[in-house]
Amino acid sequence: MTIELGHFCLILAFAIATASALVGFALWRAEGRVALFVRQAAVLQFLLVGLAFAALINAFVTSDFSLSLAYQHSHSLMPLIFRITSVWGSHEGSMVLWISILVTFGAAVAVFGRHLPQDLLTLVLSSQALLAAAFTGFTLFTSNPFLRLNPAPLEGQDLNPILQDIGLAIHPPLLYTGYVGFSICFSFAIAALVSGRIDAAWARWVRPWTLLAWCFLTLGIAMGSYWAYYELGWGGWWFWDPVENASFMPWLAGTALLHSALVMEKRNALKIWTIFLSIITFSLSLLGTFLVRSGVLTSVHTFATDPTRGVVILALLACFIGGAFTLFAFRASALRVGGLFAPVSREGMLILNNLFLITGLAAVLVGTLYPLLLEAIAGKTISVGGPFFNLTFGTLMVPLLLLLPLGPFMAWKRGDLIAVTQRLGFAVALAVLGGILVLAWSGWTISLAPFGILLGFWVAFGAIAELVDRSRLGRIAPAESWRRLAGLPRSAFSTTIAHFGVGIAVIGIVATSAWSGELVTTLSPGQSATLSGYAIRFDGVDDAPGPNYSAERGHFTLTAPGGGTNSVEAEKRVYTVSHQPTTEASITTYGFSQLYLQLGEKGRDTAYVVRIWYKPFVTFIWFGAILMALAGFLSLTDRRLRVGAPRRRVVPAAMPEAAE
Amino acid sequence: MKRFAGLVLAILFIFGPSLAQALEPSEILADPALEARARTISQGLRCLVCQNESIEDSGADLAHDLRVLVRERVKAGDTDDQVRQYIVSRYGEFVLLRPVLAPHTLILWFAAPALVLVGIGVLVVLARRRRDPLPTDLSAEEAEALERLGAPEPADDPGAVQR
Repeated sequence: MTIELGHFCLILAFAIATASALVGFALWRAEGRVALFVRQAAVLQFLLVGLAFAALINAFVTSDFSLSLAYQHSHSLMPLIFRITSVWGSHEGSMVLWISILVTFGAAVAVFGRHLPQDLLTLVLSSQALLAAAFTGFTLFTSNPFLRLNPAPLEGQDLNPILQDIGLAIHPPLLYTGYVGFSICFSFAIAALVSGRIDAAWARWVRPWTLLAWCFLTLGIAMGSYWAYYELGWGGWWFWDPVENASFMPWLAGTALLHSALVMEKRNALKIWTIFLSIITFSLSLLGTFLVRSGVLTSVHTFATDPTRGVVILALLACFIGGAFTLFAFRASALRVGGLFAPVSREGMLILNNLFLITGLAAVLVGTLYPLLLEAIAGKTISVGGPFFNLTFGTLMVPLLLLLPLGPFMAWKRGDLIAVTQRLGFAVALAVLGGILVLAWSGWTISLAPFGILLGFWVAFGAIAELVDRSRLGRIAPAESWRRLAGLPRSAFSTTIAHFGVGIAVIGIVATSAWSGELVTTLSPGQSATLSGYAIRFDGVDDAPGPNYSAERGHFTLTAPGGGTNSVEAEKRVYTVSHQPTTEASITTYGFSQLYLQLGEKGRDTAYVVRIWYKPFVTFIWFGAILMALAGFLSLTDRRLRVGAPRRRVVPAAMPEAAE
Repeated sequence: MKRFAGLVLAILFIFGPSLAQALEPSEILADPALEARARTISQGLRCLVCQNESIEDSGADLAHDLRVLVRERVKAGDTDDQVRQYIVSRYGEFVLLRPVLAPHTLILWFAAPALVLVGIGVLVVLARRRRDPLPTDLSAEEAEALERLGAPEPADDPGAVQR
């Protein structure tokens, strides 16, 4: 019964979304009742989809296998948390999660956006309702999650064991919140184009939503990367898999959007470009949805699908992206160019930021889609893998990182490159010193790695240098410096923290790629191996059955170079229903580095193959990403970003003095 | 439909074992220099039955065979390029994770660099075009309007545009 209620709620949400989109787009100029209806419809969609989602969760939690979806993707012996998460472990269920987040954002705009001009709000919510209608319709007509089985099976077919992990509870909701959150930027762009009104205020309204979505996407990608790292069992953390790229592309576009919206907000410039990026960012989210669900790709992430779904999604994609760009083509010329600025200025730096982020994005996009197109058109199959992306994307990131610390130091309108370089002198010196130390440590072998580390140090120290400079630390009394520091707006801290996070992540990526240690060997109980100064003793294997799997658990004793021992376990599991094996690697963190240990197959007698990796500073990669996301959240609490809050004048700090 | 069901099954069967048995100790060459070369080559070769995994990281049987093959060729004295060519001649271009530079991959390789150049070109043109109006001389009407308002600076402050 609850299942039918949920089904009915979703159908009702579809109807309301459709009505809201039609009425909203037709009558957006009429304020009053139309605006009220569209706003109420947004809240209603949220409630109804929420109920539908709750009905699904209920069926999974109570192991109601009369629900076809629960039968296919759940099992009564799974722990409660996995029974809940398996709701979105399938195509149909994850669509409901996708829509839930979409309507949550819609309702949030309806509730928190009351200060917006009424016609703009109506248009934003209508666009949001149109998206909700399209994707609810798609779910109901091609991938209905509420189908029943009669007679009901006694037991389910279990969830893919790789997905039976806490990662499934965290990664998809975070990632989807990011993906789908960009729909708000898209809807704001549509609203601006339809109404023909776009100004700096628009940028201020859209920026918090962009930032929120971006923070979640950052966390989602980082979490997905860590999940792959510990679950797939060989210590890789990024694979340039098309589906990973599908999540990375909106992130790159969203990062560019955040920075260009800043120019638009502060200087009323780059308006057309910002609108363009808003559309592009969400279009890339939709492209990701298409790639994952259409069956053109296969990977851990993709859901088994039949081709009709792919065709329908492609049609939706074409409608939304094509429609948005058609609108853009007709209306963009009506937008007037805003504030002027010299090439060397904060605006100029932010444009360079956009240039390299967008060309980096293009490299990823071409690398992801080219093999698909080439196969479809010329029938040739080629692979585009890590080496291609590292070369093309990596090269484009070098100038971006080199220029990054200069940006926040540059004055708006017209900057002074020489003065800025002088003020960054200390950061340059520290970074070069760091690079030289690393070069010395690596035995003066000339390679790209010390240069990469130097780049990371430069970005990290350059970020801190901004706070040091703005608080005039060392040039005035410490107490006065402290007072100045405390008086800085939160957005200043978030800039520093986010850029520092970028530097940290770069250092982690370079160190892990360049100096990882690897050892594959056969060990009998009692035998030891050494890797990068760590001694690893194999203590033996015992059985460790779980609720729905059987497992062999290997026990190891690790001795760090500086002494101190750890007992760790690495498992090999075989899931009862699917007979699918998985590995649970043992990961031990030493400082910021990790020792990664995987139990392999059984050899002769009691010997086992053991694979060990030493990953120096690998955690920096995820700490960097977390810092970026935290910085975003911190910036959200800045009153400057609160919708409708009176704007505090931000004076480009300390510029006149420095120009002397 | 059938094709996709087949793919899913293939993934389940291929991906499963791949988690359990990547590079095995018995495959490793005794000479560390040769082994290092073999690994570099292997890392650039795709496991044909997996997604975007190199044969070095994959545990599929085919990946195992390829690793052994690469090591045999390395031991037999082939150069890195010869080994790669040997593998490509048997398994096709699909096996290379880093696509070759050839007429059919020109767009792939040069799209992003070309876009950088186009972007820089556009920026230079725009910067040139904007250079003239930058000295902030106001037109007579603007100056007059400014005087009437008694404003200290031109109204390019975003707050002023807000309704």
